[in-house]
Amino acid sequence: MQQDVNLLAEAQRQFQICSSCRYCEGYCATFPAIESRTAFPAADVAYIANLCHDCRACFQACMYTAPHEFAVDIPSLLSKTRLQTYRERAIPATWQSLFGGANTPLAVGVAIVALAALLAAIGAGGRWGALEQAHIGPGAFYKVVPFLWMLVPAIVLSAWALAVLSDGARRLIADVVPHARPRAGDWLGALKDGMELVYMKGGGGGCYYPEAGSPSNSRRVLHVGLVAGIMFAFAATIVAAIQQDIFEQLPPYPFLSAPVLLGTLGGVLILIGSIGLLALKAKPRARELEDPAMVRLDILFLALLAIVGATGLLLLVLRATALMGPLLVLHLASVAALFLTAPYGKFMHVPLRLASLLIFRLEEAARK
Amino acid sequence: MIDDVDVLIAGGGNAGVCATLSAIEHGASVLLVERGDRDSRGGNSKYTRNLRCATDLYPEEELLADLIGVTGTGLDVDLAKFTIKASRELPAWMESYGVRWQAAFRGTMHLDRTNRFFLGGGKALLNVYYRALEARRVPSLYETKVIEVANQSDGSFEVTLEHGEERTRVHAGAFVAASGGYESNYEWLGREWGEAASQFIIRGTSSNDGAILKMLLERGGQPRGNPRGFHSTAVDARSPRYDGGIATRVDSIPHGIAVNRDAKRFYDEGEMIWPKRYAVWGRLIAEQPGQIGYSLYDAKAYGNFVPPCYPPIQAPTIEALAGELGLDPKALGATVNEYNAHTTSGTFDMGKLDGLATQGLALPKSNWARPIDTPPYYAYAVRPGITFTYLGVKVDTQARVIDTRDQPLPGIFGAGEVMAGNLLTEGYLAGFGMTIGTVFGRIAGAEAAKYAARC
Repeated sequence: MQQDVNLLAEAQRQFQICSSCRYCEGYCATFPAIESRTAFPAADVAYIANLCHDCRACFQACMYTAPHEFAVDIPSLLSKTRLQTYRERAIPATWQSLFGGANTPLAVGVAIVALAALLAAIGAGGRWGALEQAHIGPGAFYKVVPFLWMLVPAIVLSAWALAVLSDGARRLIADVVPHARPRAGDWLGALKDGMELVYMKGGGGGCYYPEAGSPSNSRRVLHVGLVAGIMFAFAATIVAAIQQDIFEQLPPYPFLSAPVLLGTLGGVLILIGSIGLLALKAKPRARELEDPAMVRLDILFLALLAIVGATGLLLLVLRATALMGPLLVLHLASVAALFLTAPYGKFMHVPLRLASLLIFRLEEAARK
Repeated sequence: MIDDVDVLIAGGGNAGVCATLSAIEHGASVLLVERGDRDSRGGNSKYTRNLRCATDLYPEEELLADLIGVTGTGLDVDLAKFTIKASRELPAWMESYGVRWQAAFRGTMHLDRTNRFFLGGGKALLNVYYRALEARRVPSLYETKVIEVANQSDGSFEVTLEHGEERTRVHAGAFVAASGGYESNYEWLGREWGEAASQFIIRGTSSNDGAILKMLLERGGQPRGNPRGFHSTAVDARSPRYDGGIATRVDSIPHGIAVNRDAKRFYDEGEMIWPKRYAVWGRLIAEQPGQIGYSLYDAKAYGNFVPPCYPPIQAPTIEALAGELGLDPKALGATVNEYNAHTTSGTFDMGKLDGLATQGLALPKSNWARPIDTPPYYAYAVRPGITFTYLGVKVDTQARVIDTRDQPLPGIFGAGEVMAGNLLTEGYLAGFGMTIGTVFGRIAGAEAAKYAARC
């Protein structure tokens, strides 16, 4: 834990410099949050770190970056701190070490386990043959993987992920503003700030990721698209469930049906967003101000999303062929891996950022 | 390698980059010579954050009155009026190169009507300008120094540059000095201030050694501004020798009392209000023994001002605080007791001159005089932090450097700190240095381009 103590002390040192300078306060919410404090306990540092959208406008504007003896580097500091806050919120606590160096093999392992489990299910049902032949007509997917084998793991995994992730947000809010009673409007406001990524705009001047020399909006646009894609895909699942359980129409659905249109739109956006963000991450300057372990978490998360998107779209295109069975298994396994790793990877930034945006809104309201 | 340009500009701070952009606008080929590297470029401009300009809401007469209010009547009033009139055009011109403003200012300074704040401050501003220069493929020579500017028979110049060990010569049609004052030259400061200079802290760049200012004076440039004068403020004694910028500034003095090495008060801490209070204390401390002062306050004032980047020294009693500071505990105790005994009851309001004054003290504190009686007690050791020197050369409204016979030095133009002494002879009006640099940078670039085209 020695390293963590040093990280906190370093955050306190740099925040004190920011607090006495204040030139960056027009960029985002992070600096006003720093300025409004005279002390920086660990919980507040975690909150401030998760307010940061890593646009790096502050770094190019800072007169105190190395070789200046103050050596201020807020993007790197907050990247390290965010990683630390993700770790601290892992349940059970003994799994905290999953964040860090070794998580790429971990995710691959998880995916293989999920894949193996699905194949075992298919084998146990004596359905090996189902993998090789084309299925069409209502219930075709369930001829390969039985409905319950899809439903039960999906519910268990998503419930677990939701529990860990929401607990992370709850704990952050309780630590920083223990007496706050946020209302629905506060949450909606935080959600709006988060979806629009208002604090990734560099105060209007653009985001200095991935290129330090030329601000752009590419990351923000890709990120907004990716989130929209995930929401469309989620909506497709809900609509499909309604169609199946209420109207008793079994999938696959026609190309011009609501679930397929929503799912296709979602899949395309997820694929463009995740591959686009991976392409930005491939630029060397993008990784300069980021903790290497955070870079690995980012790549893992984006790669999983890309695989989910790609297998989903392929499944749609090839669903009437003999490849449907293997693609379905792959798609389901990648979704399972995404859910399993969500609370122990980059997905943790979603609840913690929303919680921080909420806290900032509450603090701003209290100041006025 | 570039060996022939229309305009050579010495200094890549605000005035220099504005001169460069302006010379380009007027069709000239330009070479910008900057002593810093890509990261440290921009001289003192990277430590600024705003500029002041006249608008319909802030009339030219009011800005002039504000300027005379801080600097006195020693300024060139006609040049000031000219500068202020020109300041109206600045925001639109700056925006045309991509400069952005901070939307709503959150801080404690009430300057929204009179000043515009650069989004991200001076370094971000310079980054915008340098991006504009790169987009126009203007060559900038970093880590390069102008060594000599030799006149040619046709009115042009042969300029000798030094980059590391290497010297090169460039032929230039006109020369723009945008190279700042001499504030980071300890030898020069020492000639004016003696031993005391060694204790001064330079808040800005280490490269303003005044070499080009000296050259202009030697060529007969007419000096303007007090030769030993500098703008300074109280900075934390732990500050780095150079480049401490804004973060080392100590704003606590009006919140308590200030004493010298002998634990004695030496000036009315409640006299000044923004913007003057920031300008007066550096000079006062420079005049104290050892060029050091101590700003004391108590728990009542904690958190009520923007703190410097260093933590305050803290102790449960005044005597213990004296021990931490290396002051005589008895003497400090006596000073605080005497001060406390002469405070009066009344309404304290840091937001204005509240009139809460000491009564019967030979050296009064005329506002915000609350007793220092609530532990823990805090202190900052403070030293004079020099922002810039006032000495410059006379220029006219075409930014031409004027000699002692009131004739222009042909082909030589001045912009920024090197000529700010025409307009600021003492004190400082927040944001006006950047106004001077931008107005005269633009003029110097345009006039230098015209001069170069003529010869």
